[in-house]
Amino acid sequence: MTQSDIAIIGAGPAGMAAAATAARHGATVTLLDEQPRPGGQIYRDVDRVNQPRADILGKDYQCGATLTRGLRDAGITHVKGAVVWAIEDSFTVSYTQNGQAAQVSADRVILATGALERPMPLPGWTLPGVMTAGAGQILLKQSGVLASNAVLVGSGPLLYLIAAQMVRAGTPPRALVETQSRYDLLRAGKHFGGALRGAGYLVKGLKLLAQIIRARVPRYTAATDITIEGDTRAEAVTFRNRGRTHRIACDTVLLHHGVVPNTQAARSIEVPHLWDNAQHCFSPVTDQWGATPVEGVFIAGDSAGIGGATVAERAGRISALKALEELGQISPQARDDLATSLLRQKAKENAVRPFLDTAYPPCAQALSPADSTLVCRCEEVRAGDIRQYAKLGCLGPNQAKAFGRAGMGPCQGRYCGLSVTAILAQENSLGPDDTGYLRIRPPIKPVTLGELAAMHQSTPADAAE
Amino acid sequence: MSNDLPFLEMEKKPTVQVTFDGQRLDLPEGENLAAALLAAGIQTFRHTAKTGAPRGPFCMMGACFDCLIEIDGTVRQACMLEVQPGLQIARPSAGGGDHDPE
Ligand SMILES: Cc1cc2nc3c(=O)[nH]c(=O)nc-3n(C[C@H](O)[C@H](O)[C@H](O)COP(=O)(O)OP(=O)(O)OC[C@H]3O[C@@H](n4cnc5c(N)ncnc54)[C@H](O)[C@@H]3O)c2cc1C
Ligand code: FES
Repeated sequence: MTQSDIAIIGAGPAGMAAAATAARHGATVTLLDEQPRPGGQIYRDVDRVNQPRADILGKDYQCGATLTRGLRDAGITHVKGAVVWAIEDSFTVSYTQNGQAAQVSADRVILATGALERPMPLPGWTLPGVMTAGAGQILLKQSGVLASNAVLVGSGPLLYLIAAQMVRAGTPPRALVETQSRYDLLRAGKHFGGALRGAGYLVKGLKLLAQIIRARVPRYTAATDITIEGDTRAEAVTFRNRGRTHRIACDTVLLHHGVVPNTQAARSIEVPHLWDNAQHCFSPVTDQWGATPVEGVFIAGDSAGIGGATVAERAGRISALKALEELGQISPQARDDLATSLLRQKAKENAVRPFLDTAYPPCAQALSPADSTLVCRCEEVRAGDIRQYAKLGCLGPNQAKAFGRAGMGPCQGRYCGLSVTAILAQENSLGPDDTGYLRIRPPIKPVTLGELAAMHQSTPADAAE
Repeated sequence: MSNDLPFLEMEKKPTVQVTFDGQRLDLPEGENLAAALLAAGIQTFRHTAKTGAPRGPFCMMGACFDCLIEIDGTVRQACMLEVQPGLQIARPSAGGGDHDPE
């Protein structure tokens, strides 16, 4: 088994920055990511894209190369294509790489597993041709594959970014069906002071919007009653806007209404999570260093609460500094000296969030889906089924497992967990914290018996080392 | 580049032969398998065990498990694999192969 001072899970901005900071101060780091190349979601494949694709993706994307360069430190072992499925016994991290399971041990663990797109259960969202908007963007970043006849549905800055990238690629979306309304923007007005501290962010957003408008992409805001039509694949999006029903034919539907922390790894080791009303999701309990109540475990970046890439980068460095101090590699004084400006920058960059969260709230229809809408994609459980469980006395998602299989499929609730909590909370008139979330047990990614057998065969040799 | 396919490839890359459900396909070597299948016009990767509903890639980041395909009797996520010459890809049988989500 490999031994490191720090194991970092996730090679996005948070994990890459944490690894570089830790290694620079003398720690040995194992950085594990299930993707074949570093970058995380925002900088995916940044070292591999060609110039035309880089131009389409923009400058903010290209600057990720600074972070991937930071991984060229002798103290960092980057295990690529490593799917982490268990973290145990302070700490053994188990993962699968190329069909073989293996383990690394470490004194500290930094979880930098990023975000997932918020589940968006709408009628027809399981049809082939319906993807998350982020998935559409991954196709472009990683493979240079473009959705040529797509409608974007939802809300938020990332929806505009992806629409603008599609415009630049020469395949503008057929339409933007947006779910936020003018009232949301008015409500966001009270957070405008904070937004001004992050004015750069707003200016970027307005530029994206200008590109979308210049390309004459039709925009429909405050859209309701959204349905994706199709028999064996997506064929059209229908919705209501300003009292009229619209139908837009398309081949691809890209859904997005924000991102939420990917909490699977943290939950699997019983890091407590609390409901965040502003971001409308659960976030792990962490202090200013990203330290969790589970000793030795830190969480940095979007998996600790949504802040975006630059916040994630600072957070990775901040957690690394604290871990370095705990391991005796830097003094508390050095830790504080190095962390002060990072903490200040992080707070400044986070200041724009309340404005964005209010101006682009989650789509109401998807937060409270109609009875007939599938909520759990894996086990094909409908919203009405979950409401029925509530009528029979079911109070929380784990109890719901006794009634049906919601959250028990291979995705382990990644795309239904928040919906199940929301529906049960509404039906029982309880808050999300009282309703709770699915209990996540390892393995957090499926591991086959064959992969496990390979690991156990290699254990005696490891023990002899 | 054909305009009637839902997905277009920006660049032409060297391809290798694979089969999908018995159909011969030429896919770009080393590229993401789910992306390559989509660009080749494959939309339905599998059918669900419960109702037989068609599914295709949804998240492209290993989280949703809707892109499951079967290679050598093992059910795997196409979005987490790369194209290699000679892959024999099947739509997974309803029960699934050597795949153990629990
Ligand atoms: C699909 C998607 C696209 C996005 N695109 C953009 C964008 O273009 N611009 C932007 O500003 N923001 C984007 N975001 C928001 C994004 O979350 C942040 O900007 C930024 O990527 C967060 O950085 P991070 O380091 O916290 O996490 P990420 O960059 O998400 O990195 C997390 C990494 O952890 C890895 N990981 C997770 N679980 C495991 C596991 N069990 N085993 C091994 N590895 C694991 C993942 O493979 C991933 O590489 C996107 C988010 C998503 C979900
Ligand atoms: S498309 Fe979601 S796991 Fe592959």
